Amino acid sequence: MTRSDDPHTLTGAFALHALEDEERARVEEHLAHCDPCAQEVRELTETAARLGLAVATAPRRGMRDDVLRRITSVRQDVPRAEPESGLPRTSRRARPVSRWALAACVAAAAAFGGTALWQHQQAQDARDQTHQARKEAREQSQELASVLTAPDARTRTGRLADGASATVVVSASRNRAAFVAAGLPEPPRGKVYQLWFDDDGSMRPAGLLSPGRDSQAMLMDGPVDRATGMGITLEPSGGSAKPTTVPVAQMLFPA
Amino acid sequence: MKEVVHIGIPSAPGPDLQELLARVARGEQEAFADVYDAVAGPVLGVVRRVLRDHAQSEEVAQDVLVEVWRTAPRYRPDRGTAMNWILTLAHRRAVDRVRSVEASAAREHKAALLAHTPEFDEVSEQVETHLEREQVRRCLRTLTELQRQSVALAYYSGLTYRQVAELLALPLGTVKTRLRDGLIRLRDCLGVSA
Ligand SMILES: [Zn+2]
Repeated sequence: MTRSDDPHTLTGAFALHALEDEERARVEEHLAHCDPCAQEVRELTETAARLGLAVATAPRRGMRDDVLRRITSVRQDVPRAEPESGLPRTSRRARPVSRWALAACVAAAAAFGGTALWQHQQAQDARDQTHQARKEAREQSQELASVLTAPDARTRTGRLADGASATVVVSASRNRAAFVAAGLPEPPRGKVYQLWFDDDGSMRPAGLLSPGRDSQAMLMDGPVDRATGMGITLEPSGGSAKPTTVPVAQMLFPA
Repeated sequence: MKEVVHIGIPSAPGPDLQELLARVARGEQEAFADVYDAVAGPVLGVVRRVLRDHAQSEEVAQDVLVEVWRTAPRYRPDRGTAMNWILTLAHRRAVDRVRSVEASAAREHKAALLAHTPEFDEVSEQVETHLEREQVRRCLRTLTELQRQSVALAYYSGLTYRQVAELLALPLGTVKTRLRDGLIRLRDCLGVSA
C-alpha cells in the first residue's frame, strides 16, 4: 500500500463525493474508528455544503405543490436505534485507539505482501448491503483487525507459484486465524478457492475467498481450536464439505 | 470537540431548520412545507450545477426533497447541521445520477468541463444566498488555481478524483492532496466548524 492510499489523505475527496464506491466504503470503515479523520470529514463536508448553498437557485413555482403532494403518500422511516453509515457521531470524550484503527495502521505499514487489510471483501460490497449485512461486515472487519493486532498474533508467510503469497495470522488468545493472500491467480471458471483448517490431517471448511480479487484479507471461518495448519483447494463455486482436489497450498500454523 | 455550529445562511428569521426537521420527523406536513421553503433553492442549485440538465435536475431535486421527508426521523443533529445533511444528500444523489448516466462523459466533455468553473450567475431572489455567494466566491479566490480547479471539478461537476486527475493530467496523489488542502483552506476562510 502506498502513501497515497492512506485514508487520512482521502478526507477531502470523501467530503466531495469524489471517491469511487469501493474506496468510499473503505474510508467509511476507517472513519468509524478514527476520530481525527472523522472530525476533519465533518468539517470538510460542512465546507462542501457551503459550496452548494452558494449556487442556490429558485425552483419552478409548481414544484412546491408537486413535492408537498408527493410526500402525503410516502411513509416515513423509523428512527434507527443505532448509528449507521454517513458521518460518525461527534464524540465528546476521548476514546482509546481502537483495535481497528491500529490494524489499519499496521496494514498500512506492513502491507502483507502488498495487500491492504481493508481490501477486505465485505468493505467492497458495502454499497449493496443492507444495514444488517453492513453491521456484520463491520464486526467481521473488527474481528479480523483484532486478530491481526492481538498481542500474541503469530504470522507465517508462504510463497506460491507465480509470485503469489499467502500469510496466515493466528492468535491463540482469540482462537481465530486470518488469511491474507496476494497475487493469487484467477480460479478457473466455476471454481473458487476454499480455505481449510487442518485438524491433524482432517480438513475442516474455513471459508471461501471472494472471486475476482487477487488480493484480500479475511477472517477464517470458525475457531482455530486444535488445528495445526491450513490448506487451500480449488472447489466448485459454493464450496465443498470436504476437499475434492489436491491442495494448491498447505501451511503449518506458526508455532 | 467543538459544539455543532449553524452554518451558511446567517440566522434567517423564522423557525430554526433543525427544529423544523425534528417536527418533520414526527410526521408534521406543515413543518415540511417550511423546510421545503428553506432548502428547495439550495437543493435544486446543487443538483442543477452537477447535472446541468434542467428537467433531470428537477426530477432529482424532487426525489431528494421527498427523501428528506422520508428519512427525517434518521437525521442526527450531533453529526452536523440540518442544511449540511440535506445538501450532502442532494450532492450525493446528483453525483450518483451523473455517474450512472454518463460514466465516460468526462473525456468527451473535457473542454466544456474545464471551462465550467462556477459562475454564480443564476438568479435567486434570496438575499442570504447573495451574501453566501459573495463569501464563497471571495474564499475560492484564496485557493491556488490547482486547488480551485480540483475542488470545483469534484464538487460542481461531480467528477471522481481519478477523473479530475485525468482531466488536469495530474498524478492521483496530487489531486487527493489538492482536494484536501483546498477544502481546508476554504473551511478556514469561511470559518466553518463542526
Ligand atoms: Zn484516520
